[in-house]
Amino acid sequence: MIRLTGIERTFAVGDEMVHALRGVSLELAQGEYVSIMGPSGSGKSTLLNVIGLLDRPNAGTYELDGRDVTGLSDDELARVRREKMGFVFQFFHLVPRLSAEQNIELPMVLAGIAPAERRTRLDRLLTDYGLADRARHRPEQLSGGQCQRVAIARAMSMGPHVILADEPTGNLDRHTGQEVMAVLERLHQGGGTLVLVTHDPEIGSRAHRRLRMTDGAIVADEPSSQFKPGLPPESPANRPPGSRGAAA
Amino acid sequence: MRFADLFDFAWQVLRGSVTRTLLILLAMGIGVAAVVLVTSLGEGARLYVSNQFGSLGTNLIIVLPGRSETSGAMPGVLIGKTPRDLTLDDAMALKRSYAVRRLAPLIVGTGDVHAGARVRETPVLGSTAELMDIRHMEIAQGNFLPQGDPRHSQPVCIIGAKVANELFGSRSVLGEWVRIGDRRFRVIGIMAKQGQSLGFNTDEIVIVPLAAAQALFNTEALFRVLVEAKSREQIADARSDVEEILRLRHEGERDVTVITQDAVLATFDRILRALTLTVGSIAAISLAVAGILIMNVMLIAVAQRRGEIGLLKALGATGRQIRMVFFTEAVMLGIGGAAAGLAVGELGRSLAAQMYPTIPFQVPWWALLAAPATAVITAVLFTLAPARRAARLDPVQALSRR
Repeated sequence: MIRLTGIERTFAVGDEMVHALRGVSLELAQGEYVSIMGPSGSGKSTLLNVIGLLDRPNAGTYELDGRDVTGLSDDELARVRREKMGFVFQFFHLVPRLSAEQNIELPMVLAGIAPAERRTRLDRLLTDYGLADRARHRPEQLSGGQCQRVAIARAMSMGPHVILADEPTGNLDRHTGQEVMAVLERLHQGGGTLVLVTHDPEIGSRAHRRLRMTDGAIVADEPSSQFKPGLPPESPANRPPGSRGAAA
Repeated sequence: MRFADLFDFAWQVLRGSVTRTLLILLAMGIGVAAVVLVTSLGEGARLYVSNQFGSLGTNLIIVLPGRSETSGAMPGVLIGKTPRDLTLDDAMALKRSYAVRRLAPLIVGTGDVHAGARVRETPVLGSTAELMDIRHMEIAQGNFLPQGDPRHSQPVCIIGAKVANELFGSRSVLGEWVRIGDRRFRVIGIMAKQGQSLGFNTDEIVIVPLAAAQALFNTEALFRVLVEAKSREQIADARSDVEEILRLRHEGERDVTVITQDAVLATFDRILRALTLTVGSIAAISLAVAGILIMNVMLIAVAQRRGEIGLLKALGATGRQIRMVFFTEAVMLGIGGAAAGLAVGELGRSLAAQMYPTIPFQVPWWALLAAPATAVITAVLFTLAPARRAARLDPVQALSRR
């Protein structure tokens, strides 16, 4: 259960202050499947990073499973991330010199889990994500879809409560993107909360709950049945200056 | 994070950029090798000097009559004022000190040594059997002076190799008789060639029993008493015992001079040690340069691996873990460089030892510890700043910049 109240996030870009989030309040129940959509610079990635405890809000409170985590130190936040959050990125962010299984294993290594236990979990993950025959390949030897499956397996290795995916299909072709979405949705069916940032209305409409952001605020929060796909994107002239950088 | 995993992670990084790793190892290695080589040269010189002194005799205390007002190492200058004679009884009394292992009274004079028709003027030493051990003398043929009461003497003598050659040519010498002054001595031993030591060339002297020398030169006064302490630690005790015994025997007057070769040796030792330390430190500067190289490379690595650092943070790495990743890398580079440097240094040392076999090149133990330790500490020290920078990276920014 995640409860955000009055979250503000501002960045200094040059001399200007950019409001990436303006008083966002949001509740996410365990097991929800939420998509966040909106034009570039609307603050959706920033919101995802705040939810994932990767970014600190300038104001507002964050309650995670009944505990106020707003004031935690960087290292405490890192431990919470390790235990409860799983990140999936648009550009995979695999360590190029490590093999697929070494990449998947990273969160468990950081958590200090014993090698034997890691091996057990690793074998299960490799099988689950169809990577068993690719375990010793380096990222450069893998296709985009395989890379993203490695990244998802990595995000899942610590059994997180929340999966945070930032444009997980943005760097994949349509077919592979569908495959990756199927994998992510299977995770959600397993009971995890899935939060998805996407540009793609088709991907976004698959979520059960859809948030739409403009200018750092949530302007629409609807179950998918009421959602009307194909809303006109914000005109670039209306965007706050420098907001592209803030949401990147 | 487990240590083995840290090691593994750093190993992957080092293996991933072989050129970079080898260059750092080279720089570190040169630094360590320089320290090892330079200090081994210095230590070699120190041991060489100390061995040269050691050939005079170990734990040696020299007692000479007369009180010198200034201390110094030149025996000739030390005889001051009108000395009370140092006698054989004085010398024998010194054996009461528990710190004294043995002693040899010494009388020195010059005499004409006759053998048949040939004559040669040589320094003549009168002493006892102990002299050989105290002065580390070596006998080429025959025996040294016999043991026994120094007040009585047998008519025997030991002659230097050069004296033997000049008096007897290539004939066999042992058992021959020589005449010194009005006394006859049978040659029972020939000194090995040892060259100059304590003012005499052992090739050119004749050694006779003390009592014989007393009669020959018509004197009771000893030129020196050579005293050997039981150990290096007991030199100071032996020295004060010697001074006290002689003061009591001389009615409370301190009228002898006691020199320990230790004092002279210690001075040389200090000078050469300081020298070794100095040149060693200069060599250590190259280690600092290697350290700066490491810092540079690490800073570049932090910049290049921003994305990776951001990722590690997103996956739950704490600041400490990020720092440890960099430190482990630095320590491994330091240890690798130190090992390479020690190997190269040892190679250079053995080459030098082959070229100059007389000088005992040896890496001092402290350099063996200090050089690798400095390498590792430098590596860690110069990684502090880059590691801190990495640990402080904002994960969102680090991830976003590709």
